[in-house]
Amino acid sequence: MELTDLTLHELRGLLAEKKVSSTELTKIFLERIAAVNSKVNAFIKVVEEEALQAAAKADQRLQTGDTAPLTGIPLALKDIFITEGIETTCASKILSGFIPPYDGTAVNRLKKQDAVILGKLNMDEFAMGSSNENSAFGAVKNPWNPACVAGGSSGGSAACVAARMAAATLGTDTGGSIRQPASHCGVVGLKPTYGRVSRYGVIAFASSLDQVGPLTRDVEDCAIMLQAVAGYDPLDSTSIDTPVPDYPAGIKKGVKGLKIGRPKEYFIEGLDPDVASTIDRAIATYRELGAEIVDVSLPHTDYAIACYYLIATAEASSNLARYDGVRFGQRVNPGEGLIEMYRQSRAAGFGPEVKRRIMLGTYALSSGYYDAYYLKAQKVRTLIRQDLNNAFEEVDVLLTPVAPSPAFRIGEKAADPLQMYLSDIFTISVNLAGTCGLSLPCGQSQEGLPIGLQLIGKPFAEETLLRTGYAFEQATDWHLKKAPL
Amino acid sequence: MRSKYEVVIGLEVHVQLSTATKIFCGCSTDFGNEPNSQTCPVCLGLPGVLPTLNRQVVENAILAGLATHCDIAPRSIFARKNYFYPDLPKGYQISQFELPICIGGYLDIETEDRGQSRIGITRIHMEEDAGKLIHPETPGASYSLVDLNRACTPLLEVVSEPDMRSADEAVAYLKKLHQTVVFLGVSDGNMEEGSFRCDANVSVRPVGQKEFGTRAELKNINSFRFVKQAIEYEIERQIDVVEGGGTVVQETRLFDSNTGLTRSMRGKEEAHDYRYFPDPDLVPLIISKEWVGQVRERLPELPEAKMERYISDMGLPRQDAEVLSGEKAMAEYFEACVELHGTPKTCANWVMGEITRALNEDSLSIAACPLAPERLTAMLKRIDDKTISGTIAKTVFQEMWTSGKSADEIIEEKGLKQVTDTGAIEKVVDDIIAANPAQAEEYRAGKKKLMGFFVGQVMKASKGKANPQAVNEILKKKLAG
Repeated sequence: MELTDLTLHELRGLLAEKKVSSTELTKIFLERIAAVNSKVNAFIKVVEEEALQAAAKADQRLQTGDTAPLTGIPLALKDIFITEGIETTCASKILSGFIPPYDGTAVNRLKKQDAVILGKLNMDEFAMGSSNENSAFGAVKNPWNPACVAGGSSGGSAACVAARMAAATLGTDTGGSIRQPASHCGVVGLKPTYGRVSRYGVIAFASSLDQVGPLTRDVEDCAIMLQAVAGYDPLDSTSIDTPVPDYPAGIKKGVKGLKIGRPKEYFIEGLDPDVASTIDRAIATYRELGAEIVDVSLPHTDYAIACYYLIATAEASSNLARYDGVRFGQRVNPGEGLIEMYRQSRAAGFGPEVKRRIMLGTYALSSGYYDAYYLKAQKVRTLIRQDLNNAFEEVDVLLTPVAPSPAFRIGEKAADPLQMYLSDIFTISVNLAGTCGLSLPCGQSQEGLPIGLQLIGKPFAEETLLRTGYAFEQATDWHLKKAPL
Repeated sequence: MRSKYEVVIGLEVHVQLSTATKIFCGCSTDFGNEPNSQTCPVCLGLPGVLPTLNRQVVENAILAGLATHCDIAPRSIFARKNYFYPDLPKGYQISQFELPICIGGYLDIETEDRGQSRIGITRIHMEEDAGKLIHPETPGASYSLVDLNRACTPLLEVVSEPDMRSADEAVAYLKKLHQTVVFLGVSDGNMEEGSFRCDANVSVRPVGQKEFGTRAELKNINSFRFVKQAIEYEIERQIDVVEGGGTVVQETRLFDSNTGLTRSMRGKEEAHDYRYFPDPDLVPLIISKEWVGQVRERLPELPEAKMERYISDMGLPRQDAEVLSGEKAMAEYFEACVELHGTPKTCANWVMGEITRALNEDSLSIAACPLAPERLTAMLKRIDDKTISGTIAKTVFQEMWTSGKSADEIIEEKGLKQVTDTGAIEKVVDDIIAANPAQAEEYRAGKKKLMGFFVGQVMKASKGKANPQAVNEILKKKLAG
């Protein structure tokens, strides 16, 4: 048994009992990264020196006994999180060399607990992608099968946890970017309610959809991580000032009498048979645990992808305007004036998927098209939100697949963006509605690739999702399976 | 030829708000500091930052809206105006578009030509300013520098209806708006520092025609004089185009204050598509009736109301009231004097007389007046209690203005105290009559205007300190005898 195989809450116990120090633990994880990362390509940057300094500080605090839940725990961050003094690239060439002068709120909250940050994780460039192939640092490989994608955009965050290179990680989810890679890599991933975690210091992709969340080994770890980062932040006007419950304390309440909805639109033709049968078995498990399964309908599901790709790209086209080569990051200046500097800096700095989305979004917002695209998409978004609200009149949570198939092969969909966009079909509505979704392992395909189930909750019902997920873990052992690495 | 055309003018005015900090971050809004010294990740537009709205900016916008008779929107939205320029760090400006904070107001103005007219205000919205570019003076330099101190400072954009019919009306409206925001204390109105800038939409049409002519937008005019010049030039230009058989094209024109001309900057087809959309980083701004009510209580007395009060409560002539209420610092100075002294007319005379003259001589504004109301009124009280005469007071005033000493110190030092002791005056009068027997004889024979001569002699002998009333009475009595 390796220490890196343990969950966050198990490691916390060892640290509290002083069976291991944070420094020792950090070194062990750094060694694991050195041994394994080249096979997975999850880390973009490892900050050994800073990590050991943080560990030393954590050890001092552990001596005093005045500790926080994450004190001394080695973690890693998607490279979308702004980190003071540590290069932050969003996996884009355009930000290469950008060393931020500040920490974002979520990072600050981890540092306040004296968590140890091991490094920055690979991702799809600017979080745009579903496979983590769109990265200036190369694709992340699935720890279960390096020929397969890890999912995206938080592919590095999911693969890092699955490969046991950090106790837990943070990612972001705009259309499924935490849940889908979590599913593909066999880990737990939570997309909290919009406004639950501050977006301050998180590089924006689509501001009305982006949300920070944890990727962990199991549900209990997920509750601990959420606890650390959740809560109102005056620096984010869209964060919501509502009480933060004690998430870890609420996970063991069970699911007896819980009403679980099964939206018929999510069990479609073309759903991979392994996924379909796995989800069916999960539903059966919940029934055995005393939950009531109810069929529900989300009639506007078909429009979610079109709606998403208008709103997300429109916002992105504006959010990414600041990468102009003037103040930070890469500048290409052929000396032919301002416009040419803009053009060439952006042409050289952005990858093809980012350019495609900037163009789509610019078009959607253009004079004469705004009403037909952006405004229409906003109206559809309202309908999708109403669908979910209506369903939640009848049930407590929804249970769905996370993705239509297990992890696909690297390169398989890279040439067909539309096919790629369909990977997000089951996760996107949660972002459009601004509510929360949890992805947790519930089986494997015949090829031995992990399959996840998604639990969708009412806004701010993360507690319900966590206890529903925890109950499943208590009844099954999928969360205990380890990627063969 | 000009009488065949009617001019139509609408103004868009950018008012910089004088809040201590910027609209979306905590940086200072001070003017004139070291470039980029007043910046933070938010106003630099670094990746990952988010804006947070400054409450004071909203309250200032509400004040401006109330003072211009606008409705305050219960729900307004910030929108992004997207365009690339190096002084715009985020690549978009946070502004308001479809749902601004204030809508549908007006200002009443008066001009010689058209008398009273009411100029509609379409809307007032809040937005952030951009930074500025500094172009190196070295000829052929291949770079420009960016200063982002001004980036993210709060602005109000006040958009008028196309209700003005002459350059004079445009100037009158602009002055009224300037006066209003300065009285409200929401802006310093400093035009040289760019705190009050104006774009003018100008068109002409044949008298009687209902449709507007094609307009040109004149950009960034930063003084009342330039507004008049730019509009008048543009009117002539457009009439010349039409009279010459041409058509006015819709375009943006730049006013050159050196030549007094406007020149084309960009045509309609080069106009930007700003791709406005609601800013997802800021929630809708909800303003309750209660909040508006609280702000309304802070609404200061505005010039028109002040003028009426000066006339009806203080009994000032209209002309005095208008001058004293026209400028905020002037009104404040005057009211402070009245508060301390008690007689409005006396205060009005001194403020409009000696104070204004001395300020003009030293090219100072009343805000920079070296003589505080306390010092001025202390001197006025010495006139009231007959310590000094009105004539001597002017000498004391001048000394106070330059020396910084109090009236009492000056009166004491220079021995300017008025002589009211009738015995002492009688003695001087006796001496003067004795020294001028011929004149005394003529006076008694009926040449009454010689009284002036005797008064002058007595005042001269007393170095101006004799009480003039007492001198008059004693002279009359003694000369009669």
